[in-house]
Amino acid sequence: MSILINKHTRLLVQGITGNEGLFHTTHMVAYGTNVVAGVTPGKGGEWVLDGKVPVFDSVKFAVEATGANASVIFVPARFAADAIFEAADAGVELIVCITEGIPVQDMMRVRNYLDQKNVRLVGPNCPGLLTPGECKVGIIPGDISMPGNVGVVSRSGTLTYEVLYALKLVNMGVSTCVGIGGDPVNGTNFIDALRMFEEDPQTEMVVLIGEIGGSDEERAAEFIADHMTKPVVAFIAGQTAPPGKRMGHAGAIVEGSSGLAADKIRALQAATVDVAQHPEQIPELLMKHVH
Amino acid sequence: MKLHEYQSKQLFAKYGIPIPRGRVAATAHEAKQIAEELGGRVVIKSQVLVGGRGKAGGIRLAKTPEEAESLATQILRMEIKGLPVRKVLVDEAANINKEIYLGITNDRSLRMPVMMASSAGGVDIEEVARVSPEKIIRESIHPLLGLRDYQARDIAVAIDLPREHWKVFGQIASGLWQAYKAADATLAEINPLVITAENKLLAVDGKMVLDDNALFRHSDLNEMRDLDVEAESEIEARKYGLSFIKLDGNIGCMVNGAGLAMTSMDIIKLFGGEPANFLDIGGGANAEKVAAALRIILSDRNVKAVLFNVFGGITRGDEVARGILTALKEVKTKVPMVIRLVGTNAEEGRRILADAHMITAETLAEAAQKAVNVAKGA
Repeated sequence: MSILINKHTRLLVQGITGNEGLFHTTHMVAYGTNVVAGVTPGKGGEWVLDGKVPVFDSVKFAVEATGANASVIFVPARFAADAIFEAADAGVELIVCITEGIPVQDMMRVRNYLDQKNVRLVGPNCPGLLTPGECKVGIIPGDISMPGNVGVVSRSGTLTYEVLYALKLVNMGVSTCVGIGGDPVNGTNFIDALRMFEEDPQTEMVVLIGEIGGSDEERAAEFIADHMTKPVVAFIAGQTAPPGKRMGHAGAIVEGSSGLAADKIRALQAATVDVAQHPEQIPELLMKHVH
Repeated sequence: MKLHEYQSKQLFAKYGIPIPRGRVAATAHEAKQIAEELGGRVVIKSQVLVGGRGKAGGIRLAKTPEEAESLATQILRMEIKGLPVRKVLVDEAANINKEIYLGITNDRSLRMPVMMASSAGGVDIEEVARVSPEKIIRESIHPLLGLRDYQARDIAVAIDLPREHWKVFGQIASGLWQAYKAADATLAEINPLVITAENKLLAVDGKMVLDDNALFRHSDLNEMRDLDVEAESEIEARKYGLSFIKLDGNIGCMVNGAGLAMTSMDIIKLFGGEPANFLDIGGGANAEKVAAALRIILSDRNVKAVLFNVFGGITRGDEVARGILTALKEVKTKVPMVIRLVGTNAEEGRRILADAHMITAETLAEAAQKAVNVAKGA
C-alpha cells in the first residue's frame, strides 16, 4: 500500500514535449511509472520516447484514448492554471502541478473551482510524488529513496530529497513522499496528507517538513494532537530567515500569526512531535519509534 | 513589488475611486507650481516605500505655494529609514471629519481575498488588529464571483457608515476590488478613506503590493518598480532569475531550492556561523546562472567562505560544476569554498571539480561545519 499513486496509476504528462517535460518523462518511465499519454496543444498525433508515448492535443482526447487517471503538469507558469482547469474538466482524479511561479490569484480561482469537484490537486511549485519501487510522478530523483514504512510530506523540493537521502543512508524506506509545494495557495495541504498516511496500513510513521510563512504547520500540529496515532517527526526550515522580506503585515493580520519558524516548532512540540534541528537528524528521531 | 502612494492612487482613480487633486513632483520648483495650480492648502508627501513617513517628518501641510516649495526642498533632502526621498506628492489638503480603513489582502487559510474595514482608520492598522481586533470587519471575496454588492453594504453597516454614504462606499469598495484583481495585487489599501467636511468620501492615502509572479502580464506596472528599496546585488540577481537576499554574515551560500537554501542558512547558524546571504539558484540552473550567482556572492567583501550545497533533481550536478569552473576563471578569488554535490549527475560534477581546489563534504552537516571552520580561519 501507499497513498495517492502506485503501480496502477495511469499517468499523462501535460507539457510533455517541452524541455523539462520530456526530461522528466524519460526519468519517470525509466523508474517504471506507467506513462500512458502526453498532451501538447498542436502536437497531437506525434509520439515521444521512441514511439512509446502518444501525444494528444487536449487532456480530454488523451483521457478518452488511454484511460489516464492522473496528470502531471510541466507547462510554463502563465499557462499552468489553464492546464489545471483542463485536467479537472476532463475528469482526471489526481493532478500534480510541478510548475513554479503561478500568480496567486490564478491559484485562488483554481482552488475554489476544484473544491466544487471531486479532484485532488498536489502542488503547484512542488517536486511531485514518489512511491518508491512503484511509481514516481514529478521530479523527485528515484534513486535516493527505497520502499518502506515512513510517510514523508513536505512544502519543499530539494530539502525533501535531502531527507529521503538521509533516510536511505540508514536503510529507512518510504511508503510515499508527497511534495505539497511552497506556494501560499495550493491543493493538498499537510492535514490532507497526514490523514491519508494515518489511514494507510503501510505507513508506520511520518516526517513533516515545513517552512516559514502561513500557519499550515500550526494547523497540522492541532490535527496531529487530535487525530494521529502514528508518530510524527518534523523539521521547519527558515529559523534564521530575516523577517519581513516576503510577508506583508496585512497577511499577518488575517492569519493571526507571524509565520515564524519558532511559533511552528512550539506548536508541533506541544503536539508531542519531535522537531529535528537539521534534516540529517531526522532518521535518529524516527529510530526512537522503531520497535 | 510595492507601489508608491501616488502610483497606487492613480490606479484607484482608474477604477472610479475618488482621490484628492494633485500630482507628483521631483523638484521643489515643480511642487510650488503644482501648489499654485491647486490653490489653497496642500499636503507635501514624501514618496518612499516605507511606513512611518508622517512620524519621520516626511508629510507636511503647506498654506502657500512658497511654503510648499520650502517644505518640498526639505523633504526632498531627507532619507527615511535609509531610503532617499526622490519624489513628493503634492495633494490638495482635505478637511477631514472622519477616517476609515479599507483594504484587501489574501487570506491564505481561506484561499480567498478578504476585504477588511475599520471605523478606526488613519492609524496603524496592525496596531488596531493587535489591540482591538473586533474593530476590524472582514468579508471574504469569492475569487470566482468577486465582491458582491451586498457585501459592501454589510461592511458599510458594520463600520457605522451613515446611510447617505452607502452608495459611494459601494462604488469605492467595488473599485478597490477591481483594481486588486486587475493588477494582480496581494495588498490594496486605502488608509485613510475620509469623510470630508463637505461630506464626501475621499481616498487620501493608498498602498498596493503586487504579486511578482504575475508581473509578466503587467509590463506597464513592472515599469513602476522602485529600485531604491533593493540592494544592488538583489537587482543583479533578479536579472539572472536568481532568488537572492543579502544578509549580514560572512558565509556565502549557493543552494538549489528555497527550502534547502533556508535550511543551509539555519545549519550554518546552528554550527556557530553567520550566513551572508540567501541564494536559491533555482531548478535547472545552468553554468551562466551559477557563474552570475558566484560573482554576486563574492562582490560582498564580508564573505570569508562560500558554501555550495546542490542536491540535483532538475538541477544537474555536472552543469553546476561547469558553472563554478567558468566563474572561478572569471572571478579570481582566494575565498575558500566548500562544496557538497548530491543527486542527478553529482559524480560527474565531482569529477569536473576535482582539480578546482575546493573543500568537499559528504553530508550537509559536514559541509556547514567545514564552512564555519574556514570562515573562522581554522
